Amino acid sequence: MTSDKTEVLIVGSGFGGAIAAYHLAAGGAKVTVLERGPWLETKDFDHDFLLGSSYTRAFDFVVGDGMSVLGGNCVGGGSVVYFAAMPRAPRFVFERHGSIGRRMWPAEISRDTLDPWYDRVAEAIPVTQQDWNDVTYSGGLWAAACHHSGRTANPTPVAIDNAKCTNCNWMMGGCRFDAKRSMLTNYLPAAISHGATIRPLHEVQKIERTHDGGYRVHYNIVDDVDYRVHSESGVIEAKIVILAAGAGATPVILQRSEEALGKMPHGVGRYFSGNGERLNTAILNEDKVREVLGLSREDGLAYEANQIGKGPTVACWDRLDEKLPEYSRYSMEQLYFPPGLGTILAQVPGGDAPTWFGKEKKEILKRWRSWLTIFLMTEDDNEGVFGPPPPTGNAFRVSQQMLGRGALKYDPTPNTLSGWAKADAEVKEIMEKDGLATIAPWTNDVVGAYTVHPLASCRIGDDAATSALHPNHELRDHPGIFVTDGSAVPGALTVNPAMTIAALAERAVPGIVKAAQNRGIDVKYGAPSPDGSISGRRGVTKLALSLAGD
Amino acid sequence: MTLEAYADTIVPGEKRHPDDHAIAGVSEGPGSVEAGAIELLETEATGITAGLDFLVPMLNGHAKAYAEEHGRDLDPSLPEFVALSYEDRVQLILKLTKNGHPEKDGWVSLALFCNMAFDSAPHLSTAQALADGHPGLRAMGITTPDADGLWRFPNYSYGRKLAEVHPDTTPSGSPA
Ligand SMILES: Cc1cc2nc3c(=O)[nH]c(=O)nc-3n(C[C@H](O)[C@H](O)[C@H](O)COP(=O)(O)OP(=O)(O)OC[C@H]3O[C@@H](n4cnc5c(N)ncnc54)[C@H](O)[C@@H]3O)c2cc1C
Repeated sequence: MTSDKTEVLIVGSGFGGAIAAYHLAAGGAKVTVLERGPWLETKDFDHDFLLGSSYTRAFDFVVGDGMSVLGGNCVGGGSVVYFAAMPRAPRFVFERHGSIGRRMWPAEISRDTLDPWYDRVAEAIPVTQQDWNDVTYSGGLWAAACHHSGRTANPTPVAIDNAKCTNCNWMMGGCRFDAKRSMLTNYLPAAISHGATIRPLHEVQKIERTHDGGYRVHYNIVDDVDYRVHSESGVIEAKIVILAAGAGATPVILQRSEEALGKMPHGVGRYFSGNGERLNTAILNEDKVREVLGLSREDGLAYEANQIGKGPTVACWDRLDEKLPEYSRYSMEQLYFPPGLGTILAQVPGGDAPTWFGKEKKEILKRWRSWLTIFLMTEDDNEGVFGPPPPTGNAFRVSQQMLGRGALKYDPTPNTLSGWAKADAEVKEIMEKDGLATIAPWTNDVVGAYTVHPLASCRIGDDAATSALHPNHELRDHPGIFVTDGSAVPGALTVNPAMTIAALAERAVPGIVKAAQNRGIDVKYGAPSPDGSISGRRGVTKLALSLAGD
Repeated sequence: MTLEAYADTIVPGEKRHPDDHAIAGVSEGPGSVEAGAIELLETEATGITAGLDFLVPMLNGHAKAYAEEHGRDLDPSLPEFVALSYEDRVQLILKLTKNGHPEKDGWVSLALFCNMAFDSAPHLSTAQALADGHPGLRAMGITTPDADGLWRFPNYSYGRKLAEVHPDTTPSGSPA
């Protein structure tokens, strides 16, 4: 068993891990990042569904009981496989009460106090607004359908360099054209240039305390091709540990560490939210697209463009209205989900059972080019709970890559179900108006509800009974352990979460720097953006001082 | 043959020859079997290959019980699941993949891979599969890539404003 030392040990290299890694390394700390997935580069991002291509290497798909979670599994984490839609969360989200009967978010966080941190992220990644020329056929169709039924629709802000994008729609397997801005293009290279070390294929299993108040982290080395095979294991000691393994994995590491670390706060592995996600598949009537919406493209086609594009480009935000009651607010976003995982759950609209397999299902597969997927992000009830941890990682691995069985249990409450039903009914109204399409939601019966936006399984909050972390992201009763990934977000956001996860990670850094200093690490806060820009830093200077308690 | 019949229930196809019992023949054009379901299931990387030896007799056991319960006479020269009609195969798979069924995970995995053989052919390199006329990818209308094996779509946008934006949008394009 190899043994090693570092000052700051970070678990996971997605948004949460990469942002912390950059700031701490730039501030002078010795930073080591352990990432369970491989380190893929531009040339490794394939346009290929073949098992073993980047499509399976870069992903982790864990089937739970009532909820399945799809996440990134590579250096850069979810940022490598994401669709790069980067909206800020609407104001009312921070005021939500959820299932606890009072404000879920820490008192000190609101949209106003988070905005300067959002600005930092927008500068660092960078995030830009799209215009109608960037909007793909599918986004355009969704916008036109919203307009036709008296609704508004917005081009979404994205982290894409549109000049480089070829609209290949393979972005889930990583971007071959360097158009997608992932952690691989900003925070991580900047962290490395400041001396951070990233070790791929290192899966962290558990944490224990050292006699001097630091931590010893146990990992397994994962085989590069067959993730079921773990060849060696080792430990690394650190003064500060930052968990950023994602909301489906961070609480599992803590659960497995409970024996060594002592009792975990109640919120660890509870209050999981799937961001209230639903997917609906519309099957368009091409003639109606032309007649009713007046749309046509080259070669006389009206649409038939499901294969073309770059993830979500247009969202309807009409229901993000703070005056509406909780559980009835949601966004409706056009999306592309590729074949493989993306078609099995599509149901035949209006069909009799079976609707997810069988001969009618095959008929809709033949019309795949005329599909339009609408993605709903609603207010769920944080009802997910993790059962006992599996022997390693966060799942029993089934396939060589990607597929596993996890211990997450999700049983939607009537609140969540009614939010889903309202959102489903509204997309149906929009898409079926004047015979434009027939539409049905994805079935939850096969692998449960399905989320690409896991959140809140280890959340920040003011109240020890319902949150795992202090508002500064430090694990309650375990000083020196911080959590900066999606698990820290208190609840569903009604929009894509990466921008909020990243802003919270930025906001957590000054406090982590302070804790590191208190543990004798020579580190300072105040690095510019990864590319050297400084306006974001200027915006948070005062806030950073108060977060560090100065 | 039993696995072929399962795959053919997930994405049905045309009989390959008049005495094709595995394929029920309820759909025009090739289905999951011709798309390579068995090859995919026998690809070790899926993680279910080793389990197939158990799933096959279990499936036939369930089919036998189903036939008894519903008074179906099965052709004794065929595996029980193969001897069921398409409609009965469907009913049995619905039951096996239903929430709460103790073996649900196994039957869902099997269905996932049978579907994938048709819709994404993960046992084959996609560009090559398209060049060779893979029946599922072709049925779905997936286009071929450029000469370097990568897809690019120079035409991708209607290129005009198609809706009013929400009045509460920030200058950077987020919800206000
Ligand atoms: C297909 C897809 C599309 C998406 N599109 C969008 C989008 O358009 N907009 C948006 O806002 N969000 C999107 N998301 C969600 C977004 O990717 C996640 O919300 C975000 O990546 C979460 O960040 P994180 O830091 O919490 O964790 P992650 O980015 O998931 O990073 C966690 C990392 O930890 C690693 N890890 C896990 N366990 C261990 C362990 N035991 N040891 C070591 N390392 C470990 C993982 O491999 C991973 O790299 C998408 C997600 C998916 C899957």
